[in-house]
Amino acid sequence: MEILSSLGDGFAVALTWQNLALALLGCLLGTIMGALPGLGPSNGVAILIPLAFTLGLGATPSLILLTSVYYGAMYGGRISSILLNIPGDEPAMMTCLDGYPMAQQGRAGEALALSGVASFVGAFFATWGLVLLAPQLVKVALLFGPAEYFALFTLAFATLGGVASSNQAKSAFAAALGLGLAMIGVDQQTGVPRFTFGEVHLYDGIDFLVAIVGLFALSEVFVFLEHRETDPSKATEGKMTIGRIYPTWSMLKSCIPTMGRTTVLGFIAGVLPGAGASLGSFISYSVEKRLVDKEGTFGKGDPRGVAAPETGNNAAAGGALVPMLALGVPGSGTTAVLLAVLLALNITPGPLLFQNNPDVVWGLIAALFIGNVMLLALNIPMVGLFTRVLLVPPRILMPVVAMISFVGIYGISGSSFDLMVMVGFGVLGWVLRKLDVPLVPIILGVLLGNEMESNLRRALSISNGDWFALVDSWLSLTLWAIAIVGFVLPIFLGHAVRRKMKSEQEEMIGD
Amino acid sequence: MSDRILGVIGLSLALFFAVSAALIQESFMTDAIGPKAFPYIISAVVALASLVFLFSPDPEPAWPAFNRLAEIGFAVAVSFLYAWVLPELGFLISTSLAAGYLSWRLGTAPLPAVAVGVGTSVGIYVVFRLILGLSLAEGPFGF
Repeated sequence: MEILSSLGDGFAVALTWQNLALALLGCLLGTIMGALPGLGPSNGVAILIPLAFTLGLGATPSLILLTSVYYGAMYGGRISSILLNIPGDEPAMMTCLDGYPMAQQGRAGEALALSGVASFVGAFFATWGLVLLAPQLVKVALLFGPAEYFALFTLAFATLGGVASSNQAKSAFAAALGLGLAMIGVDQQTGVPRFTFGEVHLYDGIDFLVAIVGLFALSEVFVFLEHRETDPSKATEGKMTIGRIYPTWSMLKSCIPTMGRTTVLGFIAGVLPGAGASLGSFISYSVEKRLVDKEGTFGKGDPRGVAAPETGNNAAAGGALVPMLALGVPGSGTTAVLLAVLLALNITPGPLLFQNNPDVVWGLIAALFIGNVMLLALNIPMVGLFTRVLLVPPRILMPVVAMISFVGIYGISGSSFDLMVMVGFGVLGWVLRKLDVPLVPIILGVLLGNEMESNLRRALSISNGDWFALVDSWLSLTLWAIAIVGFVLPIFLGHAVRRKMKSEQEEMIGD
Repeated sequence: MSDRILGVIGLSLALFFAVSAALIQESFMTDAIGPKAFPYIISAVVALASLVFLFSPDPEPAWPAFNRLAEIGFAVAVSFLYAWVLPELGFLISTSLAAGYLSWRLGTAPLPAVAVGVGTSVGIYVVFRLILGLSLAEGPFGF
């Protein structure tokens, strides 16, 4: 019951006119960003952090704005999957499989509405899961000392690539690169400058916002420049008929068991380290296919095939917030970006957040509920409006994205130097994407590097330099064990999982 | 091949990082392991990962043709130039130029690209400066 009263307080924080307006704005922007190919939850949130920051919004309002964008983008990703067969973002990939065939049969409106409801169900119940699970996890986390935290950070990096990772060396490389970047600047504990090479600009370290916006947003512009004429969206533009925009009751009813099962699956996938929304939607789809696809209609426009991945990915989005808020360790790219939001606002997530800033946590959770209801209300009647956004060609959109990234970063520091560093990160991001080096571990490394190091040093100061202190408790041993298994397992399983995801996609697109 | 090059770059990076870490001036007061230990661990991880790239590289990525690379190179140059001239020329002029250039290179015809550039610039100025009150770069003319 304590939880319910905290939640009530949260609603009291979130239900001001300003916060409601921000939630509405965030939902709209998020849906649009999710719908546009090339902009997804991570880079959408990334572009907006510096702006929320420079606008001088307080902690709770900024969080409300940005998490509404996050949830909104999760909703929006499905629109282009269904209408254009191009996923608006990675988690929406599986929605193409049955959504696009439905659209081809003239049932685009129904598919959109159904996926809207499915997203709502997934996100709504996952937020309840967050409410119930996060405080329990906090209780465990309060037992953590510096050695356990160091192990936990290692675990986060080791499992970040996820089960589907094909090359763990590249994940490790990316993580170390990010950690190395975090080392630049004056050492917090002894005050000596490290890796600054006499450059005064570097004494404060590299601002993680500069790195995030450069890696996620600017590199996207370069990717578009690279693939200019091969853009497939032009061919399909505009000729789709939407059809009726409310799903029939019988169709909804046939999807209820599917939604129930996939909410649970997606939520678990979100909470577990190294899975995240993409895997949540994949697992949901394949399990449902195995369970209910008796007539072989999956892949040919079965409504349940639309409901399953959408419920799964939105439930996973909610689940992914659990480790991020309770432990301060994000398990996916977008939650890493949300962690950046918190750090930019000088809030350290983790168990103490629930004790020291309950208004932030519960206000945020209440905002998630509000945002969800808003998204459902926005998405069903106004879906026609959002589909029109897809008609904005990248040749106009991408310059706007680039310029808004510049504005945000310039707004923080007003320095050209930071802009140039950001461009540098943009180039780095493009090259690393080409080489299949994941960008999320870099971000996480930059974000968590100093915290990770100071936990290591604290642990070893307590033990007087004895490195065995790191494996001195059952708790830390368990964390190390999970980290090692999580890192090694994909080396054997990764290829198989990826191949399966690919083949299921191709099977469908081949038709 | 690309992965092997990445491996070589990674190894040199690890070496450079380790050497720079060794050169950190420690202060007279320090904790048990000091400011060098964690950087050493990091450079070891980079070095190990780079060795993996060297000995078992992934299949070659699809690098764009030379003209595409040049395209990206020019866009990068324009971005650097933008960062450099922004405080000199002010927000409206520099942004119109940069956004117009990008839009042109992404396939807008030259004249409409000018319109896109000016439109983007004025649009952002109105939303962020006039409505939201963000401070944008001011040039000699105050915008």
